[in-house]
Amino acid sequence: MKSFNYHAPKDVKDATKLASSSSAFLAGGMTTIPSMKLGLASYKDVIDIKNIKKLSGIKVSGKTVTIGATTKHAEVAASKDVKKAIPALAKLAGNIGDAQVRNRGTIGGSISNNDPSACYPSACMALNAVIHTSKRKIDADKFFTGMFETALKSGELVEAVEFEIPEKADYQKHPNPASRYAIIGVFLAKHKKDVNVAVTGAKSCVYIDKDLSKKLSSNFSVSAIEGMEVKSSGMNSDMHASAEYRANLVSLYTKKAVEAC
Amino acid sequence: MTKVTLEVNGKKVSKEVPDHTLLSVFLRDNLNLTGTHVGCDTSQCGACVVHVNGKSIKSCSTLATDVEGSKVTTIEGLAKNGKLHPMQAAFKKTHGLQCGYCTPGMVMSAVDLLQTKKNPSDQEIREWLEGNICRCTGYQNIVAAVKEAATKM
Repeated sequence: MKSFNYHAPKDVKDATKLASSSSAFLAGGMTTIPSMKLGLASYKDVIDIKNIKKLSGIKVSGKTVTIGATTKHAEVAASKDVKKAIPALAKLAGNIGDAQVRNRGTIGGSISNNDPSACYPSACMALNAVIHTSKRKIDADKFFTGMFETALKSGELVEAVEFEIPEKADYQKHPNPASRYAIIGVFLAKHKKDVNVAVTGAKSCVYIDKDLSKKLSSNFSVSAIEGMEVKSSGMNSDMHASAEYRANLVSLYTKKAVEAC
Repeated sequence: MTKVTLEVNGKKVSKEVPDHTLLSVFLRDNLNLTGTHVGCDTSQCGACVVHVNGKSIKSCSTLATDVEGSKVTTIEGLAKNGKLHPMQAAFKKTHGLQCGYCTPGMVMSAVDLLQTKKNPSDQEIREWLEGNICRCTGYQNIVAAVKEAATKM
C-alpha cells in the first residue's frame, strides 16, 4: 500500500476542509483499504471520519428512520428501533459480508462506494431514502448514478441516510458464496400508495424494476407477477451467473419477498 | 509518521509508525506478535482476526492509527497462566485444525461468537464463521470445537 497522510478530524467542517481531489474519507475501510492495498486506488490524504460523533447513531421519528453515516452494519442489525420500524433493513444489515465486516463496515461507506452488488443501495431506492450530505439533501434515485458512481461532488461527505418507514418490506439476497455480495438482491417495499421493487447486483447500478413495481402496486400478491418475464438485457453476466440466470433470480426473489411480507 | 498507543493483551504499547501501517503489520512486525496470521490479505480469509474493544475485526483491513487508544486482544492474549483458553482447548480436543494457519483467526472469531451467543446452533456457528476460511478440515471439527467450547465458557 502506498503511503498517505492520516487525519482524524472531530467535526464535518474540518473533514471537508481537508478534502481534495487526492483524498478519501475513511469510515469502516472495508472497501477503501483493500482497494488501496491492491493498488486500485491511492490517496495523498486519508480522512478518518469515525471521531465525528454526530455521524453515528440511529433515530426513529414518526415516519422515518435516520441512520448516521458511520453507523456500523452490526449496529443496524442489532438495533431494536430498526427491527421494530423496518425489520427488513435490520435483516439486510445482518447479512452483509461476514461478522467482522459488519463490525467495521458502515452505511455511509457502502452507499458512497455504490458497488453494483452492494445491499444498502437497494434499501435506499425502495424506501425512498433521502441522503443527507455536508452540502445538501439528495433523493436516492438521484444519488446512485452509475457503476461505483454517485451524485457526490469532490469533498462532499454523506452525513446520514433517512429512510421512509413502509407498511411492509422484505429483502431477499442470493449471495456470492465467497464474498457474500449480492449476485442479485431484491428490496421490496410496500408504501401506502405504491410498491417499490429495487434490484441490486443485476446491472451496473441499482435500479427500480418499474414493471414489477407497477403490477404489485395495483395488486400486492404473487399471482399478480406470475408469468411476468424479467428481461435479461443489460444484466451482468460473469463466472458466477449469466444474465439470463440473474433475470430469473430477480423474478424468483421478488416473489419470495412478496410471500415474506 | 504517527504515534500509535494501544493496550495489547493487557499491556500498554506505544510505537511511532508510518500512517499507512495496517494493524496486522503493527502486531506482527512492530510487536513481534506473529500469532495473528495474514492469509489472503484481501479481507476474505479471516486468518488475521483479532479483537478490538472486545469485537472481532480483520486486522489486515484496519489501520493501526484507526484503532488508537483501543484494547486489542490477539491469539497470544487468550491463554492465561499457561492454561489454554477453553476455545483453544476445544480446538485441540476435537482436532479442529490440521495445518493450523487459519486457526488463530478461527479461534478469535469463535470466541466473539460465544460472547454474544452462549449456545449457538450448528447453523449459527457456520454463518458466523463465514468470514473465516479453512482449507484443511472441511469445517466439521471446527463446528464441533465451538460447540464443545460453548459448554465450558
